Amino acid sequence: MTQPEQSVVTDEMRQLVGKESQPVTLEVDKTGCRMFARAVGHTDLIFYDEEYAKSKGYRSIVAPPAYTGTPIFTPGKGLAVGEVGGLSFSVPYKRVLNGGTEYEYLDTVCAGDVLTATTAITSFQERVASLGPMLITARETTYKNQEGKAVVKMRGTLIQY
Amino acid sequence: MAEQVYFEDVAEGQEIPKLVKNCSSQQLVMWAAGSGDFYQIHYDKDFAQGNGLKGIIVHGALKNAFLGQLVHDWAGDKGFVRRFSCQYRGMDYPNQEIICRGVITKKYQEGGQNLLDLDIWTENPEGQKTSPGTATVALPSKSA
Repeated sequence: MTQPEQSVVTDEMRQLVGKESQPVTLEVDKTGCRMFARAVGHTDLIFYDEEYAKSKGYRSIVAPPAYTGTPIFTPGKGLAVGEVGGLSFSVPYKRVLNGGTEYEYLDTVCAGDVLTATTAITSFQERVASLGPMLITARETTYKNQEGKAVVKMRGTLIQY
Repeated sequence: MAEQVYFEDVAEGQEIPKLVKNCSSQQLVMWAAGSGDFYQIHYDKDFAQGNGLKGIIVHGALKNAFLGQLVHDWAGDKGFVRRFSCQYRGMDYPNQEIICRGVITKKYQEGGQNLLDLDIWTENPEGQKTSPGTATVALPSKSA
């Protein structure tokens, strides 16, 4: 892979690197955990049955791997995690691919938790691959619980080409 | 859920039990609702074909969640999945197998924890790794 001849990374974009977005609030509730677990096909009852989860030492139903709650939705204010005001930028590429995802767990997330997520762009990289010139944006989202403790870190890469 | 696996039971190079998935279009709709990803290439065939795809495709994030289940189920009640990841390298389609697999690459102790690093991935019916990644899992010890 080689570098494109012309960079699409502007000075404005470089200044975004490391800046924290506005926080997004996500609610982890029992129904959300069950819906997510059911969609994946989980069979462990800690994701479905509150009494069973408690018998295993958890506070409530456990949030299944990669479920970090549901962002609070308000009509006309459709903010998604990672696409937060202040971190948006435009590039001449039309197509978008999700490059990959990593979840790091610092603690268990349970139903009843309210998470606050902030996202920062960690790097911009440019490549020329089989799809042509592309911009790879790496982002890290930190989820803190209602006690202010960081419980999950999600790292994602977005490919624009 | 299988029987609890302990740190003493496992070795580098060992493969963990695989998890075989086969998504119906219904499962992809359930995932859209559960995850909040409503991009139409995952449930609207006309829309997907209009975007140059041969049909609807499985969400990358769902494959990542499958890998989360793979390591969660292996870790058992007393284990803890510290980290899991994958890259989305190839598309997978509904109504065909997505085989989730993992191999232990490193066995070590750190910060009082018994840790295993793994290579994890999803495989399509042709044997291609469509979502390769890694994981770190803490396992209980028999002596603890």
